[in-house]
Amino acid sequence: MLKRDAVARQALDAIAAIVGSRWVRQAPAELETFASDGLPTRHTRPGAVILPGSRDELIRTVRVLAHQGIPFVARGAGTGLSGGAVGDGGEVVLALTRLNRILAIDPANRRATVEPGVVNVRLSEATRPHGLHYAPDPSSQTACTIGGNVAENAGGPHCLKYGVTSSHVLELEVVLPDGKSLVLGSAGGEAWGPDLVGVFVGSEGTFGIATRITVRLVPLPRAVRTLLADFASIRQASEAVSGVIASGLVPAALEMMDRNCVRVVEDSIYAAGYPTDAAAVLIVELDGVAEAAVAAEAAEVERLVRAHGARGVRAAADERERARLWQGRKKAFGALGRLSPNLLVQDAVVPRTALPDILDRVGAIAAEFGVTVSNVFHAGDGNLHPNISFDARDPQEVTRVERASAAIMQACVAAGGTITGEHGVGSDKVHYMPLVFDPDTLAAMRAVRRAFDPAELANPGKVVPVHACREWTGLSGRRRETVRDGERRREIERVEA
Amino acid sequence: MAGTGLTIVRRVRSMLGPDAVVDTDASGMPRVAPRAEEGVALVLQAAAAEGWRVRIEGRGSWVPADAPADLALTTRALARVTRLDAADLVATVEAGVAWGDLQRALADQGVWVAADPPGEGRSVGSVVATGTAGPLRSGFGAVREHVLGATLVTGEGRIVRAGGRVVKNVAGYDLTKLATGSFGSFGVVTSVNLRLRAVPRADLTLLGEGERDALLDAARAMLEAGITPASLEVLSPLAAGRDSWTLAVRCVGSAPAVEADAQAAGGASQIPLAPLEAVEAGRFWRRALAGATASPVTLRMGALATAMDDALDLVLHHLDEHWIMAGVGAGGLRWSGDAPADRIRLLRHAAAPREMPLTLERAPWALRAQVGYFGAYREGVGQLVGALKDAFDPAGVLVVPIADER
Ligand SMILES: Cc1cc2nc3c(=O)[nH]c(=O)nc-3n(C[C@H](O)[C@H](O)[C@H](O)COP(=O)(O)OP(=O)(O)OC[C@H]3O[C@@H](n4cnc5c(N)ncnc54)[C@H](O)[C@@H]3O)c2cc1C
Repeated sequence: MLKRDAVARQALDAIAAIVGSRWVRQAPAELETFASDGLPTRHTRPGAVILPGSRDELIRTVRVLAHQGIPFVARGAGTGLSGGAVGDGGEVVLALTRLNRILAIDPANRRATVEPGVVNVRLSEATRPHGLHYAPDPSSQTACTIGGNVAENAGGPHCLKYGVTSSHVLELEVVLPDGKSLVLGSAGGEAWGPDLVGVFVGSEGTFGIATRITVRLVPLPRAVRTLLADFASIRQASEAVSGVIASGLVPAALEMMDRNCVRVVEDSIYAAGYPTDAAAVLIVELDGVAEAAVAAEAAEVERLVRAHGARGVRAAADERERARLWQGRKKAFGALGRLSPNLLVQDAVVPRTALPDILDRVGAIAAEFGVTVSNVFHAGDGNLHPNISFDARDPQEVTRVERASAAIMQACVAAGGTITGEHGVGSDKVHYMPLVFDPDTLAAMRAVRRAFDPAELANPGKVVPVHACREWTGLSGRRRETVRDGERRREIERVEA
Repeated sequence: MAGTGLTIVRRVRSMLGPDAVVDTDASGMPRVAPRAEEGVALVLQAAAAEGWRVRIEGRGSWVPADAPADLALTTRALARVTRLDAADLVATVEAGVAWGDLQRALADQGVWVAADPPGEGRSVGSVVATGTAGPLRSGFGAVREHVLGATLVTGEGRIVRAGGRVVKNVAGYDLTKLATGSFGSFGVVTSVNLRLRAVPRADLTLLGEGERDALLDAARAMLEAGITPASLEVLSPLAAGRDSWTLAVRCVGSAPAVEADAQAAGGASQIPLAPLEAVEAGRFWRRALAGATASPVTLRMGALATAMDDALDLVLHHLDEHWIMAGVGAGGLRWSGDAPADRIRLLRHAAAPREMPLTLERAPWALRAQVGYFGAYREGVGQLVGALKDAFDPAGVLVVPIADER
């Protein structure tokens, strides 16, 4: 132990010489900021936090860590919901928020190159004058970074039509955990060899760190129509979702919120005018190049959802009303955070025709374990977010939350779905991985990880349940503490700020 | 080799049954057609243990079945559409199903895979393994965008089930990306879960003719006007079956959306565009794509929209303007014709510093072995690919020439 600490000190001195000592954080109060992400059930202080100021400083820092065999965790904005940016204790966190430059915008080829710490929404703001935007729009987009999006393969409401992060990343410059820097993919999207960009996206910081990211940009739609449909039953609402998808129309977004969610939003400063007596509401957005065409599609969607029992359908009259409808949806997690000290934002996927049954099942599970579940999710993709409100100070309630989560995961897998659609496995869902994948497939994943990171220094213990992981946590002997009251709420408020 | 061939035949028959060996070639090399992924796994396990070299074949209609090997493993008996969920827009399809048969079966249910790879009669597995997208790539993305899950039997004979049957999935590493477009480097794709879409209600193709560079300008003007057609291609005269270079624009979707897109495309283009009748449009694209297999060699090259003139100049300089389809909206071009190894190497060499990766898609064995599907990698990438190959095919069973032999 002593020896190891000594080595670490030596390494930190070497790193301080690279990044400047003010960008090496070790004081407990400073480390506390990095002890958790958006997952309320994990809290562990890192050994140290480094904030490199440039790509070059980052690469040199990784080389020092590699040389000393010190594990590290990359961190963007820390909005991840699976504990991905939190170590087991003792790791060095590499915070990338200072690498926040948009390096190039190439409107003619519809692409941009950014540093990993660029906040998602900033890229769209910067490209708007060119009539373009970065389509993947996680609800956390005002805080989360493109690097974090790449690592998690983040989604968002408009990924229904435009595809998730993986469909938008063309070229990546990465630093491997051994300190080597290389470029994967090409700016045109054609791979040089096997699709290593595709493999890297979604690797949750375990293959290395993305240092430069070239993404595809999408033209801003010239015409947009946003509908709000409300239903007397969740089942009808989810059948309407299947109906719209089957019609062949491709809405830009198709989102659902249940009654709990609607009421909480309407009680908050984000009140969007959702009918509070509805069992569920759908937000359906259509977009395209011409008003008339979008209006015709919207009319058809309205007919379809009415045929599936919608009580009312309202179209946003103007851009202000549209923004309000979306704000309610995007801030729903924040609003839910006010229901209870803690909120577990769950994430799972089912085939779209399974939505009506799975939502019934989630309701039954909530009742069985006595927990409050609120659903707000990407219905068009079958991507559920059954969010559980709880109080982490109550250990019995925490146990019930964990059991309910496990039951929901099992139900989604049994319905032909999977344990996460966009928030990642991180540390939170490692133990669910065998629900979805057999030992050979898990072994293959492990082998791929080792091809990128033979020493397993990058974000150890995440994604794949490896025996060696147990060794690391066992050796480090550090406690896994549970979050104290209000932490989660602060996290959410940070996202909203 | 004949002796070895006989031993292999006996061994395979004892594992998979008498009819698993469908034929042997003149040298006595057996061709094995397992009926299930477990059979594929058994053959590859035996190959890894015995040191047999295995060549992977689909239906043999795209890449010629001519690689020297001890055993040919064909997916052609893996020929079932295992599961088709039209309402969920997903189908599980074995690798040996013919692409055209699949699309016909899907059309009966009002759905399709929104991809149009060239190659008549080829297998679904070959489309996925070689990542061969067609002109629809502009609107619907590369082959990887259509693959939700894949079963890959590794060179070691392990069955890996990557991805799933849902449209969003971040559970674990995305191994489907290793199965797609790697030409079988890591294993045999035995089955895929494909993302389906409802058959579009309207489908319109517009054509314009003119000087090559003027057509490229017109295509770029459309992109700059914010339109993303399903296909946006500039075709050489031979590919288009016309006297001059041709711009082809395809819009699909709901009727009003297609009408709006077509109008916007026409408005942005300096070249007059004329719509084709539906039957004529189908014939136009089929004919154009058929040209991709009319000559011995086909390759693709990545190029940004603004670099397409440069890319075409390179191809014309090092090869010829035989059969070319330049996907201005898709970031790459495809060329087909005949060319010796040194020409392709020179082209690759000239293209690399311009950030234009060149993939040899199909060619006789001698050429594939010489220049490789991918040739040289960028710095550091070759080592990574090598580490992945070592992990998936440690005994080097699979005969897949990805690198340039030099
Ligand atoms: C209120 C709220 C709403 C959300 N809504 C959505 C949503 O709609 N859709 C969605 O997909 N997610 C959503 N999320 C989850 C989260 O915002 C995303 O996962 C996001 O991509 C994380 O980005 P980040 O910068 O915060 O990354 P972090 O949380 O800092 O890190 C996440 C992971 O990425 C790794 N990482 C970070 N940067 C890099 C890099 N440059 N290279 C390699 N690895 C790196 C980390 O090691 C970690 O494993 C939401 C979260 C909150 C709190």
